[in-house]
Amino acid sequence: MLTRRLLTSDWGGTFVLGLLVAMLIAVPIANLVVPPDSPYYLSSYWVALLGKFLTFALLALAIDLIWGYAGILSLGHGAFFGLGGYAMGMYLTRQIGDQGVYGHPVLPDFMVFLSYEELPWFWLGFDMFWFALLMAMLVPGLLALVFGWLAFRSRVTGVYFAIITQALVFALMLAFFRNEMGFGGNNGLTDFKEILGFSVQARETRVALFLASGIAVILGYLACRYIVTSRFGRVLIAVRDAEDRTRFSGYRVDHYKLWVFVFSAVLAGIAGALYVPQVGIINPGEFSPIRSIEAVLWVAVGGRGSLFGAIIGAFAVNGAKTWFTVAYPMFWLFALGALFVLVTLFLPRGLVGLFRRRREGES
Amino acid sequence: MSLAPYRQPIRRDRVFRLLQSEPDFSGASDGVILYIDDVSVSFDGFKALDHLSLAVDEGELRCIIGPNGAGKTTMMDVITGKTRPDSGRVFFGRDIDLLDLDEYQIARGGIGRKFQKPTVFEALTVLENIELSLASHKGTWRTLFAKVDPAQARRIDEVLVTIGMQEQRHTAAGALSHGQKQWLEIGMLLMQNPRVLLVDEPVAGMTGNETERTAELLTSLAGDHTVIVVEHDMAFVRSIARRVTVLHQGSVLAEGSMNQIQADPRVVEVYLGEEE
Repeated sequence: MLTRRLLTSDWGGTFVLGLLVAMLIAVPIANLVVPPDSPYYLSSYWVALLGKFLTFALLALAIDLIWGYAGILSLGHGAFFGLGGYAMGMYLTRQIGDQGVYGHPVLPDFMVFLSYEELPWFWLGFDMFWFALLMAMLVPGLLALVFGWLAFRSRVTGVYFAIITQALVFALMLAFFRNEMGFGGNNGLTDFKEILGFSVQARETRVALFLASGIAVILGYLACRYIVTSRFGRVLIAVRDAEDRTRFSGYRVDHYKLWVFVFSAVLAGIAGALYVPQVGIINPGEFSPIRSIEAVLWVAVGGRGSLFGAIIGAFAVNGAKTWFTVAYPMFWLFALGALFVLVTLFLPRGLVGLFRRRREGES
Repeated sequence: MSLAPYRQPIRRDRVFRLLQSEPDFSGASDGVILYIDDVSVSFDGFKALDHLSLAVDEGELRCIIGPNGAGKTTMMDVITGKTRPDSGRVFFGRDIDLLDLDEYQIARGGIGRKFQKPTVFEALTVLENIELSLASHKGTWRTLFAKVDPAQARRIDEVLVTIGMQEQRHTAAGALSHGQKQWLEIGMLLMQNPRVLLVDEPVAGMTGNETERTAELLTSLAGDHTVIVVEHDMAFVRSIARRVTVLHQGSVLAEGSMNQIQADPRVVEVYLGEEE
């Protein structure tokens, strides 16, 4: 019953899930088992790159859930992604221990450099992995709760909501750029050594992080799919299409929006936490408004309101970006712009719209 | 020294307010189900409602007519909690002050509303539209794990039969004709099982046959429910109305049976005169 509801009633999603599973099996084998001189060998660079794409796919899922179903356009999801990333980055920084340049047993290098006497209170606890992971979900969730409560209670919707989310992520960027904030200023947190006692550079660790990201995407997809196929999901679609009607049908629209917004922020936080150990750095650049807009673009390109389209979009756009920035670095932004114009003009329902003709948000 | 200022806070609608988290809409009405008392609303200086007072009896079928800008839709907005009036009170039954409540509380409590422009959830099927309007728990966690139980399924089928849409149950609501959307929205109201139905222009865009069936449906609903219809179509009003209220410039101009209304020279001047 549940299998039917989550999987077989949506062949596109099941197909994408199948691809993900195949990738989760093939990539570790191609990296760890296949000898390096074989044409089927996949270098660790690729493992980390695909792992990064997977975390972007999770971020895109989070955005599609609120934008595609509830009609909440957030141009500031980088805020939640970044906060999740910082939580993980703080753990990884604490793990450096006395292996830093200054060799201080507790304080990270940048704190020694800025002549901190002791660890700020908000860094306490981040030497524990479980705590960092909890914070990677809790902090974005709480920010979304407060921000969403204020916005949805005042019935801020549409473009106005999108603009204040931009303001939110921009404000975070400015704040995190400041050294006094205690998060490493514009350098951010980097030079990580170990995660859970394993070297972050090791092939096996990279594969493990890749697998964790893949599993997170699959679980995230199933959770989102459960939500959108429940009556809750139909209320979200109702809110998207006729908010007043939903209210006069007896639903507290602000509660629904807040619930799904917080859930989406938590997903984005998890994505950020998985992203940081794979790219080896987190800095305020993650909070730049353009990054958040790009993430919305992935969803638009993939196809809004289908969930699996978000995964396809994240891979397609970031794949193109990786190729372009190597082959024609000058032209990437033009290509991105052209892509957006073309999708808007010819593929209003994204890449997914090419393959299926069904009504939006079908369950 | 007068005691009036001290009595003011102790009003009948406020008794046990702290103890009662949700108002009890099933209470007795003493005959009058909806009482609008001296309500005024203005938008940027324009008086949409001007000291409007109106009482509707339980089980009544009331038609409200009036030229454009008479305040019909604003009145519905005030009753359903969408617009807060500048002054006045609106009572539901004996002791519920609707102005203290939010839209969702009023909707859950027993006032259903059909919009002027048919408003259904276009991306969802007819069945899903009806199911969403089901009078059941509407909190976030409940709906996440909600299932339709057999009694609810029967109720859904009943309503589908009433609005004649068993065949289209799996059709997307967006694909329905204008008239069918009107009917679907009425069906959604029925699912809420409201004590009062506010119906704004139910036959706009309907064919003659559909209009006739709508008239039958609304007439059959009166009695068990209180039905308040705002309509421009005079032939339709004539066919269903027992009691008609004429609004003009935000207040009641006349009230009575259709014949009395038609004989009233003031009404003829502002409204009927233009029509005929």
